[in-house]
Amino acid sequence: MREEITLKNKVNRELPDEILKTTGYKPFESVEVKDLVIERVSAKVRQSVKPNKLVDSLEEVVLKTVKDGMTISFHHHFREGDYVFNKVMRIIIDHGFKDLRIAPSSLTNVMNDILVEAIEKGVVTNITSSGMRGTLGDVVSHGALKNPVIFRSHGGRARAIETGEIHIDVAFLGTPNADEMGNANGMDGKAPFGSLGYALMDAQYADTVVAITDSLVSYPNTPASIKQTQVDYVVKIDAVGNPDKIGAGATRFTKDPKELKIASMVNDVIVNSPYFKNGFSFQTGTGGAALAVTRFLRQSMIDHNVKATFGLGGITKPMVDLLEEGLVDKLMDVQDFDGGSAQSMHLNKNQQEIDASWYADPANKGAMVDKLDVVILSALEIDTKFNVNVMSGSDGVIRGAIGGHQDAGTAKLTIISAPLVRGRIATVVPDVTTVITPGDSIDVLVTEIGIAINPKRTDLLDKLSNIPGLPVYTIEELQKIAEEKLGKPEPLEFTDKVVALIEYRDGSLLDIIREVKD
Amino acid sequence: MAVAERLRRTMMFVPGNNPAMIKDAGIFEADSIMFDLEDAVSLAEKDAARVLVYEAVKNIDFGGAELVVRINGLDTPFWQKDVRAMVKAGIEVIRAPKVETAAMMEELEVEIEKAEKEFGIEVGTTHVMAALESALGVMNALEIARSCPERMMGIALSGMDYRVDMKTKSYPDEGELYFARNMVLHAARAAGVAAFDTVFGNVDDEEGFVKGVELIHQLGFDGKSVINPRQIPLVNKVYAPTKKEVVHAQQVMEAIEEAKQKGSGVISLNGQMVDRPIVLQAERVLMLAKAANVLDEGGNYIEK
Amino acid sequence: MEIKQHALAGTLESSDVQIMIAPANNGISIDLISDVKKQFGKQIEATVRQVLAAYAIENADVQVIDKGALDLVIKARAIAAVERAIEAKDLNWEVL
Repeated sequence: MREEITLKNKVNRELPDEILKTTGYKPFESVEVKDLVIERVSAKVRQSVKPNKLVDSLEEVVLKTVKDGMTISFHHHFREGDYVFNKVMRIIIDHGFKDLRIAPSSLTNVMNDILVEAIEKGVVTNITSSGMRGTLGDVVSHGALKNPVIFRSHGGRARAIETGEIHIDVAFLGTPNADEMGNANGMDGKAPFGSLGYALMDAQYADTVVAITDSLVSYPNTPASIKQTQVDYVVKIDAVGNPDKIGAGATRFTKDPKELKIASMVNDVIVNSPYFKNGFSFQTGTGGAALAVTRFLRQSMIDHNVKATFGLGGITKPMVDLLEEGLVDKLMDVQDFDGGSAQSMHLNKNQQEIDASWYADPANKGAMVDKLDVVILSALEIDTKFNVNVMSGSDGVIRGAIGGHQDAGTAKLTIISAPLVRGRIATVVPDVTTVITPGDSIDVLVTEIGIAINPKRTDLLDKLSNIPGLPVYTIEELQKIAEEKLGKPEPLEFTDKVVALIEYRDGSLLDIIREVKD
Repeated sequence: MAVAERLRRTMMFVPGNNPAMIKDAGIFEADSIMFDLEDAVSLAEKDAARVLVYEAVKNIDFGGAELVVRINGLDTPFWQKDVRAMVKAGIEVIRAPKVETAAMMEELEVEIEKAEKEFGIEVGTTHVMAALESALGVMNALEIARSCPERMMGIALSGMDYRVDMKTKSYPDEGELYFARNMVLHAARAAGVAAFDTVFGNVDDEEGFVKGVELIHQLGFDGKSVINPRQIPLVNKVYAPTKKEVVHAQQVMEAIEEAKQKGSGVISLNGQMVDRPIVLQAERVLMLAKAANVLDEGGNYIEK
Repeated sequence: MEIKQHALAGTLESSDVQIMIAPANNGISIDLISDVKKQFGKQIEATVRQVLAAYAIENADVQVIDKGALDLVIKARAIAAVERAIEAKDLNWEVL
């Protein structure tokens, strides 16, 4: 038994008193975020006097700008094709910096090894991110960092930057093009990725902004997503990213029959919901299964003559096809997942780059997710209270990211699309290992054997209960079916040490992750 | 027909030594699931596959699917053990490959009965089906379809080996199956058992697949063998009745109800007498409509 | 019953389990490699032991490489491995 005073928050998670006292976090109350009033902080601005902001090398600018104990940031728009993070961190490690806090918008696998090295050498002692995976997630789960990692959603990170909870000293922002004064966008160049949605927060609020590019273009560079008024230094390097690895996962719909079955049922839920009508909006996400939903939804939209006003979030070529076909009026990209969508943003005035605050911040004057009708999200685990975990694996190790889950989860119809079991791991469980999105946000779970509807949504229970081909179960029934198939797992074991904190998008403390016991 | 009529639109082949495919086989709403101990399993693994399929049939809930096993040929050293294990497991149908004569089916029946007695199962519980894979098998289709009358569920054309025996190959329009399909179908109908068409190997050629299914549907086959779950919705779509067919079937059922109410022995609809074949057809249409999810809870056709 | 020879059943494919049995002379030892060892290690081992017990095997060296197999798959592969290891002429129909 743990000798520790804890407090249970509104999703029944035990929050250690010690943590609440030292951090000042309020325990999570509700997904209804209301009456938030904040003061936005602002960046330090040094007048630029040189003819241009060019510095000769990355090493030079790192040594000029970074000091021990600082908070530095990056974006993850290059995804698995990112070169910038490794190059900057290599210089930082080699020059013996210490006690840095890093605050990237997220961490991709290509960043793992060097960050593990930085942690082992005491170069990095604090991390805040949307997620982490692989070797990094593993060492953090085994207690490598003294201070707990703070995981935030995209909207939560934007909010924390705006309030100053994340104070970025230096932001290293890689772009596929920039001019000598720092005007840059993500659309043109050797390694384009489209929207600079996450990086725009850093560009606006960091005290020092370093624009890193492999393609210096003539001044003035347009369109400028990152503007010269925000940039302190510009440095050219050989390559900022690998164009072949930027595209995340599959951008073709899946052929897996189980995933196709789930996708088809997700589409049935949407079509039979009260939200499928002219002028609706939706977000689907990426990966072969999500794209299959897009394909089925497209056919339903054509069959029923229904058009959408906007598609949101991480945009892909299939979404662009819907735009070009006139089935969707606008696309609002916080991130682009493939070359096709990156290109289209360039050419199509109906496709708009939006920053993370515009996308999902609850503490601003209105975010896109506030207007979102339908969202389809995934889950590693979902429990009988509909709480969702996308962060910790079934062995308790950190291997995922919040992303926009909590933010988009506030949509009018939030659908979780997931197989009932994955190998011998149940998706539907009595209690999730970690709460990432509270159950009150989640409306429908769709698995390959049938759906479960959140009992709080009596309206949906009415609409979806008698559709041929769409079996409805209670979530408890699904959990029992999964357990019967697989057997009852032994409970996971953790030590007392807290290795990560899960923030809810409003800045309250939703859950904690403890060190795994092997 | 001694074996009950039921929907058999799709018979999904599942390799008997593949746990990943076996455990998920019930998800795809195939009307029948056929575990394959024959061609899908290498000689060295026949024993392991047998035990695996046994455990699967005993322990996994496959929904409403009819469970079938394709045992090894009667000319192999494996088939008797296959029969014993599958009867003990409670398999619903044993499918014999490469059947050429009624005598082969009778030999199989002897072994099945032995196993039923050995394991305390009511004799006659286990049904059989015959796969015809050669010219001789096709020519003997009627006698084969008529054999084992208490157990015979149906006969199937198995195209791959048949084409080799016929000294031809697979063509896009499947014209080389023209005679065999019709022979198998007629034999099945004459004997009052189900008729199954062969597999279509190219999973990515959806258009070609659907064309073949439309043809066999038109001819009157009960269903199609499928090797990939993605083919199942395609078959079900072809077999889904049209609104016109559903409405007519409902009218037939209403006419029967009306006649019953009146106490009349003669049922008529739109001035035409409704006799038994019409009733059977109407029942079949409604069964197909329900399975195709085109009827709502009130039994009315759902417009797309 | 005695394990007469090394035997192997199952594969390393997802949802399967590979079970290797070798003769031994000091009881039963089971070495398990599995991604779900934490959650199901005990259960997997118990299933293997049950099969060995059903065949009255008291000495065996067993290596199990599990790829997320369900209990019924582990039981089936264990039976197949044992049957091969004892050079059975016929399936032990009681064990099934």
